[in-house]
Amino acid sequence: MKVGVVVFPGSNCDRDMYHVLSDVFHFDTQYFWHDKGLPKNIDAIILPGGFSYGDRLRAGVIAAHSPIISDVQKLAEKGIPVLGVCNGFQILVESGLLPGVLLKNESLNFMCEWTELIVENNKTPFTNKLKLNQKIPIPIANGEGRYYADDDTLKKLKKNNQIVFRYSDVVNGSANRIAGVCNEDGNVVGMMPHPERAVESEINPIDSKPSSLIFESLLVQMGAKN
Amino acid sequence: MSLEPQELDELKSKIGRVPTSTELEIVAAQWSEHCSYKSSKMHLKMLPMTGPLVINEKGYDSGVLDVGGGYVVTAHIESHNHPSAVEPYGGAATGVGGVVRDILSAGTRPIAIFDGLRFGNIEKDKQARWLFKNAVKGIADYGNCLGIPTIGGEVEFDDCYQNYALVDVACVGFGRKDKLIKNHAKKGDVVVLLGGSTGRDGIGGSQFASDSLESEDRSAVQIPDPFIEKLIIEAILEARTQKLIHAMKDLGGGGLSCAVSEIADTLDIGIEMDVNKVHTRENDMHPNEIMVSESQERMLIVTSKVKLKKLQKICEKFRIGCSVIGSVTFDNKVHVKKGNKTFANLSADIIANATLLDLPSKKPSYLKTITHEKKLKPITDYSKMMMKFLSAPNIASKIWVYSQYDHEVGIRTVVKPGGDASVLRLDNGKFLSVKIDGNPKQCYINPREGAIGCFEEACRNVVCTGAKPVGMLDHLQFGSPKDPEIFWTFLESLKGLTDFAKDFGIPCIGGKVSLYNETPAGSIKPTPLIGVLGLIDKKPLVPQKIIDGDCLVIVGDTKDELGGSEYFEYIHKFIGGNCPTVNFKESKKNMNAVLDIISKQIIKSAHDCSKGGLAVAVSELCMTSNIGCNVSLDMVPGEKLSFDRILFSESHSRYLLTVEKKNISKLEKILKKYKVSFKNIGEFGGEKIRFNHNNTSVINLRVDKAHKTWINSLRDLVLHG
Repeated sequence: MKVGVVVFPGSNCDRDMYHVLSDVFHFDTQYFWHDKGLPKNIDAIILPGGFSYGDRLRAGVIAAHSPIISDVQKLAEKGIPVLGVCNGFQILVESGLLPGVLLKNESLNFMCEWTELIVENNKTPFTNKLKLNQKIPIPIANGEGRYYADDDTLKKLKKNNQIVFRYSDVVNGSANRIAGVCNEDGNVVGMMPHPERAVESEINPIDSKPSSLIFESLLVQMGAKN
Repeated sequence: MSLEPQELDELKSKIGRVPTSTELEIVAAQWSEHCSYKSSKMHLKMLPMTGPLVINEKGYDSGVLDVGGGYVVTAHIESHNHPSAVEPYGGAATGVGGVVRDILSAGTRPIAIFDGLRFGNIEKDKQARWLFKNAVKGIADYGNCLGIPTIGGEVEFDDCYQNYALVDVACVGFGRKDKLIKNHAKKGDVVVLLGGSTGRDGIGGSQFASDSLESEDRSAVQIPDPFIEKLIIEAILEARTQKLIHAMKDLGGGGLSCAVSEIADTLDIGIEMDVNKVHTRENDMHPNEIMVSESQERMLIVTSKVKLKKLQKICEKFRIGCSVIGSVTFDNKVHVKKGNKTFANLSADIIANATLLDLPSKKPSYLKTITHEKKLKPITDYSKMMMKFLSAPNIASKIWVYSQYDHEVGIRTVVKPGGDASVLRLDNGKFLSVKIDGNPKQCYINPREGAIGCFEEACRNVVCTGAKPVGMLDHLQFGSPKDPEIFWTFLESLKGLTDFAKDFGIPCIGGKVSLYNETPAGSIKPTPLIGVLGLIDKKPLVPQKIIDGDCLVIVGDTKDELGGSEYFEYIHKFIGGNCPTVNFKESKKNMNAVLDIISKQIIKSAHDCSKGGLAVAVSELCMTSNIGCNVSLDMVPGEKLSFDRILFSESHSRYLLTVEKKNISKLEKILKKYKVSFKNIGEFGGEKIRFNHNNTSVINLRVDKAHKTWINSLRDLVLHG
């Protein structure tokens, strides 16, 4: 069971994600630098947060053209679970793996604060251990985190059950308070908040269990496969 | 050109000839106050620099502490005042970049940033608001992109910073002791310039920073590129792990000139370099420009020819520039060539060691009458006054600032910003607590006691998290040292800090002096900024939510010390009075008692009592936990004072402890054992913050209303004026 953490120039949550995957949940974890391919035997792919290419042009847009993205795309089509967090989510929408775009927050400021998520879809590889409507205390840290899609896309997302997480409150002006979405097949998930910052009780001032279930879901998913 | 006529004569006599124009540029940069510390250096030696945890190695720009288990913590503080005053975004951002590279130079990973910001009166002055808003954005954009959490700091506004800005940035690093760079060089080693390209930005920056601010020379301000800096960090840490670096220095003030001459002087070597080999942004740059450009995101590395190939491979991976610009020689000369033509050839020690000055000092005349108090105008409604006070820019919550900083990245932040000190977890199971504090209002009234107060306050803050202070960073910011009265305030502050450091056994592990902080309107108030690092072996005190029935205990005496207080200055518009002083014996006793109590895990939180006095400290506790409190001012230990003085005195060495009722007798027992002055002064509950005196309520506020004002006022002020 191998999980790959993709590292782009400017990724800065890669080490945090690696620590959580490997030291907290004991996944066999490996870094992959953006200009190489991915092995076929990989079981899950994580795109961590950060400022790939310094957020030039638009967050995630340059990284979306990295050589490794075509491999991510191929493996995603085969049904391999893919999770993009923060900048990883931005890269997934910019590369067309997920619908919508992420715009500057309504405040026009970078926002770092603890928020609360509501689980809207618990059928994905990253949410299968969570309950519907379960609440997750979790931090956000982004400047371009306001989810936007046109009305038709938003309707389609709702109809296909592609909205995975919503914010409990209006946080940054996201359409329908969307914090995370998935593709139609449900195996590719993107979310703006940082689960890797919330799974250890030492640094989570509220409750670390709900966020842990995101990673435990992946354990269940991969266990079921093997 | 900023060489004084006598300095030029001195240079001529030292080298026995007329210097070339390149030599003049190099020497002028290195002999500037900013790079040479010529006015302050001989006095700085009084600070204690050694201690059981301090690792002293040559050539480090940061202090190094051995924190056990094979790990070290590094720390440094820098400022970028002049640049930030003309171009706050770029000035503040490159301030972050510079101090981060100092931490990197030792071979450690930067893990936290702290910023101390000071501006003019933002209530009245649009320019001050603009400076504030953009300096915060500069720090946020730079630090966030690097993935280094900005976890603490302070913001203060005072008329003395009108048309000016103090932007101080401290950085803490962490790494393995065995991976520290041991600066050395062998014959035949090569000198490599790594990172961003050299352009025409920041030319003359160090001289610009060594004069009073009269012209807005924006071209002297450096241009930030945090993306390149992030790549440099990862490339250098990879090179460090592969042991490819013999010696390393960041390029800061004075650019290549200073980096090359300082590394040559420290390692007792010579360096021969060719400016043609430097990767530049423009191709028609003169050698003089290349030597003194302060373009950012550059590092100078000495390595062997064999290791160079591996280093180049790492740089290719990260796609960053890596030019071999010269080689190590053993004639102790800095030899700058362009192709075969020599442009400068000087002894490294001449360049790197400006003649130190012993400037005259004189007690300022204003201090003669400063302690005289004027008659204060009576206040009819203290509740109303208190609401105004909670929205004062210096008292209001700084959440608008720190919520723009990613303070979680790196997943080490155990105690988040917004309280006393912030706490990071370390890989050896211990915790590091850090706080920076300044107080120019008190330092103006009494430079010695004010500086000691900043030091003690920073100690109190880390103590409130359960940490024992183990190291100090000082950043001494003053006006022109050529003014004997200003120089006297500098010396007084320094002596005060030295006495406290020696008495408490807290070594100074790093520091910086920034002089000439002046505008045509005059000098800033003395602004020493003190950072304290504390270590927690077992468990930090993470403040718990206060609930109904919890008790409030104050430790330490409240005295008639309102000089420089927010109450005098913001409410009564009066500068003067008695500056709070620290009684070392009392301070130590209180510190030890609080640390013991925290280690026994019998309190819910400990909070420092400082700016705004007891009234603000209690309100902060209430607002953060959304609960009321009934405080009896008659019970507060200390001098017999009128109630407004009890409420707003800023006496040091005081702590507010919150404790469950069932633990109160245990707590009192320990406090008695330490023979400290303390009292149980109140109980939490209800929805009102109430201060009572002689059975009469003197302040009565709804906590939700107070909270709304306190949390939003700074943001509203910045956005809407």
